[in-house]
Amino acid sequence: MSQAGTANRSPLRLFNLRERIRDRDAAVYGILLLGAILFPIVEIYATGGTADVSKATRAGTFVLLAIGLNVVVGFAGLLDLGYAAFFAIGAYTYALFASMQLGNSPAHHEFHVNFWIMIFVSMFVAAAFGAILGFPTLRLRGDYLAIVTLGFGEIVPQLFYNFDRWTGGINAIGLIDQPHLPVWIQGPWSGDGPFAFVTNFNFNTDPVAYYVLIVILITLAVILVSNLYKSRLGRAWMAIREDEVAAAAMGINTVTTKLLAFGIGASFSGFAGAYYAANVALVSPDNFLFIVSITVLVMVVLGGMGNISGAIVGALVLYYLVFVLIPGLPDYATSLAATLGLSSDLGSAIADATTRLNYIIYGLLLVAVMLLRPQGILPSRVREQELKHAAVQEDEAAVEMTHAG
Amino acid sequence: MSLADYGFWILCATAVVLLAVQAVVNPTDFAQVLVFGVTQGSIYALVALGYTMVYGIIELINFAHGDVFTLGSYIGTALLGFFAVTEGTFNTLNLIALVVVFPVVMLIMGGINVAIERIAYRPLRNAPRLAPLITAIGMSFLLEGVMYFWKGAATVHFPDILPQNSVTIAGVFFGFKDVFVLVTAVILVSLLAVFINRTKLGKAMRATAQDRDAAQLMGIDINRTIAATFFIGALLAGAGGMIWGLYYNTIYFQLGFRTGLIAFTAAVFGGIGNIPGAALGGLLIGLIAAFSDNYIGSKWTQVVVFGILIGVLVFRPTGLLGMRVPER
Repeated sequence: MSQAGTANRSPLRLFNLRERIRDRDAAVYGILLLGAILFPIVEIYATGGTADVSKATRAGTFVLLAIGLNVVVGFAGLLDLGYAAFFAIGAYTYALFASMQLGNSPAHHEFHVNFWIMIFVSMFVAAAFGAILGFPTLRLRGDYLAIVTLGFGEIVPQLFYNFDRWTGGINAIGLIDQPHLPVWIQGPWSGDGPFAFVTNFNFNTDPVAYYVLIVILITLAVILVSNLYKSRLGRAWMAIREDEVAAAAMGINTVTTKLLAFGIGASFSGFAGAYYAANVALVSPDNFLFIVSITVLVMVVLGGMGNISGAIVGALVLYYLVFVLIPGLPDYATSLAATLGLSSDLGSAIADATTRLNYIIYGLLLVAVMLLRPQGILPSRVREQELKHAAVQEDEAAVEMTHAG
Repeated sequence: MSLADYGFWILCATAVVLLAVQAVVNPTDFAQVLVFGVTQGSIYALVALGYTMVYGIIELINFAHGDVFTLGSYIGTALLGFFAVTEGTFNTLNLIALVVVFPVVMLIMGGINVAIERIAYRPLRNAPRLAPLITAIGMSFLLEGVMYFWKGAATVHFPDILPQNSVTIAGVFFGFKDVFVLVTAVILVSLLAVFINRTKLGKAMRATAQDRDAAQLMGIDINRTIAATFFIGALLAGAGGMIWGLYYNTIYFQLGFRTGLIAFTAAVFGGIGNIPGAALGGLLIGLIAAFSDNYIGSKWTQVVVFGILIGVLVFRPTGLLGMRVPER
C-alpha cells in the first residue's frame, strides 16, 4: 500500500515539475524532494547497506544550519561568524538533559527528557542566547557585528571546555538518548507485518529513521522560512539589508527586525544542534569550532545568498566536497595507482601526498568558486536584479539565467 | 559621556585596581609578567598593524594575514638552514645570517601578500561584500595547506640563534631576547609611522582609506596604493613571524589562526583602521593575555581576550583610539 503510494507520488511530482518548470525554485525543490525520497531506496537496494544514508543525515544537519544562517546573512544581511556557537548551545542543551552527564556533575541528578520536547527547548535556549548577544550588539555597524559573533563563537566552545564539572569538558558527553516514537505512530508499516515498508522505525539502530526525520525537519524549515521571506517581516529584512537608514525612515523598527532575524537564525541552529546531538550521540567542544561556522557560511555564500534553495544546494555540494570527496581522495589515489600497476610503496606515497594536499585543494576550491561565480550557484532573483542595477560586472551565465527565468 | 562610556571606564578601572593589588602583593612576579606581556604584545602589535591597514583601506577582514605571519616563520626556518648557524649561542655567522635572512623574509612575505591581493581580492573589489571574505578564508586554508604539505602537522623547530644573555634586576628576569623583540618592534612601528605620515605613498594610503573615489579623482593610482598597503602589512607580518620564531623557537602550521584572531582583536581594541591604535591594542592585548595566563589561568585567556573584544565593541565600538565613523 505504501509502496504504491510512493510510486503514485513520483509521477505527480514530475507532472508538477513540468507545469512549474519556469519557476526555478519549484524545479529545484522538486528535484531535491525526489532525490531525497529515492536516495535511501536506491542506496539500500544497490548496496544493501546504509552507510551513505548516515552520511546524508549529517549532510542534512548542515542543510538545516545553512537554511538558518541564510535568514541571518542572506535575508537580513547580518554577517554572523559565530553561528556554530548556537549549534553548540543547542547540542549541549539536549546532551545535558538527555544523558547521564548531570548525574556526575554537582547537580547529582540525571535527566532524561524526551527528544521531542527537548528539540524545542534547545531551539528556544539557542534563540534566547541569540537575543542576549544580539540585543546590545545589533546596533553596531555590519562588520563589527561580524567580529562580535566571531568572538562569541570562540568563547562558547572554550566555556564548554572550562566548565568540565558540568559538561565533561574535553571528555565530551556520550551515550546521549535517542528519540523514541510514540507507540501509536508505530503503525502497520513498521515491524515485521505484511505491510512493513519501514522494517523497524527505530532510532537506535536504523540510520534511515534519522534520515526520514531530517528530511521532514528540512521540509518544515523550508516551508517556514519561505513564508517568513514572503511576509512583512521578510520584506523588512530585505529593506534593512539594502539600506538601513531608508528602512528606518519607512517606519521599520530596525533593532527589533534585526533581532528577530538573529534570533530565528539562532533557533534553527539550536534545533539542528539537538538533532545532531541525538544523531551522533556524542558532543564535544571540538565539534563546534570556528571552522564549522565558516563552513556553514561558505555553504550559504556558495549556494547564493538570500535564496533558500541555493542554501540547500550549496550545503549539499560543499558537504560532499569537504566531508566525502576530499577526505576520500587518498583512497582514490591509492586505487588509481594500483590500477595503473604502480608498486604499493609508490601508491601509499601518492596517497600520503594527497592527504597532505587536502587543505590546499579546499582553499583553491573556495578561491576559484568565488572568482568564477561570486554570486553563488543559485543566486536569489532579487539580488541578481540589484547586482545588475548596481552596474556590477556580471558574468554572462547569470544574465542569461535571469532572462531565461 | 553616555552610559556605555561610563560602563567601559568602570570596567577598565576595576581591571587596573585588581592588577594594582597584585602589583603590591607580589611586585617581582608582577614585573615578570609585565615583561613577558610587553614582549608578547609587541609581536601581536606587528601582526595587528597588517589587519588594521588592510581593513582601513578596503574594509576586508583579511583572514589570510595570520597565515602570512606563520609562513614568514616557516620561510625563515628554511633560509636560516642555508647558513651554518650555531644554536644556543651567538657568533658572527649567526649575526650575518640574521641580518641577511630577516629582511629577505620580510620582502618575500610582502611579495606573496601582493600576489594574494592581485589574485584573490582585486578581481572581487566590486563583487558582493562577502565574496572577498570567502576568498580570504580560502587563501588562509591555501597557505596553511602549503605549510602542512611542506613540513607536516607536527611542530617545527625554529633555530635558536639569539644570544642567551640575561640580567636579573631585583628578581626580575630580562633576557636578551625580550629586549630584541621589543626594540625590533619599536623600530619597525616607528618606521611605519614615518612612512605613513611623511611620504607621498603614505599620504596616498591615508587618502584612499578616507575616500577611495575622491582619491582616485585626485589622480591617485588606487590599485598601486592598495597593493602597497598589502606589501607593507606583510613586511610587518613577516617580521612578526621571524621574531616569533626567534623568541619561542617552536612553530606549527596553524599558529597563524589563533595568533591572527588575537591580533585582529588587538586591531579592533585599538580602533580598527587606526595605525597607532593597532600598536597600542597589540601591546595591551599581549599584557592582558599575560596577566590572564598568570592570574586567572591559561584556559581562561581565550575567554578573557574575546570577552574584551565583545565588551569593547558593545561599550566603545570605535575602539580606544578610533574616530567616530559615520554610518554608511
